Amino acid sequence: MNNSSDVNDANQKATQEINNAENSNLQHVDKLEFSNNTFKKMLQSIIFTIFRCSAAVNGFALLIVVYFMTSNGLKAITWTFLTQPPTDSMTKGGILPCIVGTVCLSLGAILIAFPIGVASAIYLNEYATPGKMLRIIRLGINNLAGVPSVVFGLFGLAFFVVWMDMGVSILAGALTLAAMSLPVIIGSTEEALRAVPDTYREASLGLGATKWQTIFRVVLPAAMPGILTGGILGISRAAGETAPIMFTAAVFYTPYLPSSPFDEIMALPYHIYVLATAGTEIEATRHLQYGTAIVLIALVLGMNLAAIIYRAKLRRKMS
Amino acid sequence: MKTNSRSTDRAIQSVFFMIALASIMILFMISVFLFMEGISILNHVSLWDFIFGEYWYPTSDPPDFGIYPLIIGSIATTIVSAVISIPLGVMTAVYLAEIATARFREIVKPIVELLAALPSVVIGFFGMVVIAPFLQDHFDIATGLNLFNASLMLGFMSIPTICSISEDAIYSVPNNLKEASLALGATHLETITRVILPASISGISTAVILGMSRAIGETMVVLMVAGGAAMVPESIFDPVRPLPASIAAEMAEAPFRGEHYAALFATGIVLFVFTFSFNIVADYISNKYRQVGDSTL
Repeated sequence: MNNSSDVNDANQKATQEINNAENSNLQHVDKLEFSNNTFKKMLQSIIFTIFRCSAAVNGFALLIVVYFMTSNGLKAITWTFLTQPPTDSMTKGGILPCIVGTVCLSLGAILIAFPIGVASAIYLNEYATPGKMLRIIRLGINNLAGVPSVVFGLFGLAFFVVWMDMGVSILAGALTLAAMSLPVIIGSTEEALRAVPDTYREASLGLGATKWQTIFRVVLPAAMPGILTGGILGISRAAGETAPIMFTAAVFYTPYLPSSPFDEIMALPYHIYVLATAGTEIEATRHLQYGTAIVLIALVLGMNLAAIIYRAKLRRKMS
Repeated sequence: MKTNSRSTDRAIQSVFFMIALASIMILFMISVFLFMEGISILNHVSLWDFIFGEYWYPTSDPPDFGIYPLIIGSIATTIVSAVISIPLGVMTAVYLAEIATARFREIVKPIVELLAALPSVVIGFFGMVVIAPFLQDHFDIATGLNLFNASLMLGFMSIPTICSISEDAIYSVPNNLKEASLALGATHLETITRVILPASISGISTAVILGMSRAIGETMVVLMVAGGAAMVPESIFDPVRPLPASIAAEMAEAPFRGEHYAALFATGIVLFVFTFSFNIVADYISNKYRQVGDSTL
């Protein structure tokens, strides 16, 4: 009896000791972890702040560019500036021919690139089966998207202007820009097509419609808003590019508005470049340069902003 | 009736297939026409002298067609711009995909897209009239139009490319990886650096390569801002003349189908080869190391 109680006592003691040891150990670990945790938390908040700042830098950069352009050029924007051709060897007057030229070029480019781009995207997303051919086509599109703009210019010069004998003209410029904006349109159309739920297709096919009927009557209408958004982005890309039209469509100065697709024209981006680097009086025409830049920014960013807002609305509706 | 509609369907499919080949056709024609117009430069200089020749004096008599300083100019601007654009682009992507609340995401994402939409000529103009005088005043250098200025502008032009592709990659890391890491007691930061970034590294590498490809091919910025001196730069504030700038600046004056004309097309070929190989490498990485969920870790 005695013996057993002794053993019990000893047991209890031992357990207690172990418990104690564990407790102190735990406390120790707790302390360590506590300091470690605060350090980790601090590090995390510091690094997250750096991440936040780097994101803010982008907004800051955009803001600075737009601010400098508007603050310096807003006074140049007058009714005359927007509706008159340049006068006095481009030191006075307006930029009407440039606006008309840029509108012609980018609309022309989109008229050519939009059908081809949408059709390509339909093939890639609706018809194509995974395999070597699809890989090659995708690689081609990705590479086309990566071709430098000045190389498009060289291509347009060699192929459209010289080989096809179009001369320096709206048509040659629009074709060159179309080749360049094709990947943009394919990309956004594919995104729009992917967003159409498969149940739509299955329902239509289940009702006995053919593949083409399904695409034309069901998939395309559902994807249309997204596809049009891509079209807008394509126009704005084409409107802002300079290098592809330098050798194919744009000229320093022409007092006439274009009357046929074979006319050479002035364009906003090229006009900025010419005034800023090769004009007769670079310093004296600064306000005209800023003014032209504002018109171009307003045109391009305006279209992009419209597309972004529209797309955000669409996404909200879809989800 | 049934066979009829099926055959129309097949016909329609082949029409779409033909149209889808347009991109490859254009790419093919670009290389054909560049070579057709540019290859004749080899009648005047050897390939070695063209690429490694140190003097680019296309209009002097006899002319020198060595594009080595132009290649170095392009590579230098691209590398310096990458130093700016890679950290900023990737960090913005991490912020957008991991840290930002839904509300900030909806603000920051369009801003990055708008930054991408700014026409290159406007950025070049900004570099000329705002950054160049600033550099000249504050750094005591001969000209504000130099390698550094051009790289800064190029950096901000390639941030959107790097950011949006990296963000897609980070976003598509499976959620269970993230949850597993957090459940093991890792902090959010540890999860990002040890789990999410390694899992999305192939996408981020693709993004970086495409961003650099964009920078090396960008024309208007280097044409307006880089300074235009065809020399191998010795400091970051030296003016340079990257490949696209040389093409764009000289094409208007080059006599049609003369040596100079051919030399510029050949320069275009070199530039095309640069961006083409960048894109092939990017494509290879993104396919070979495709994110297949947990197995990539």
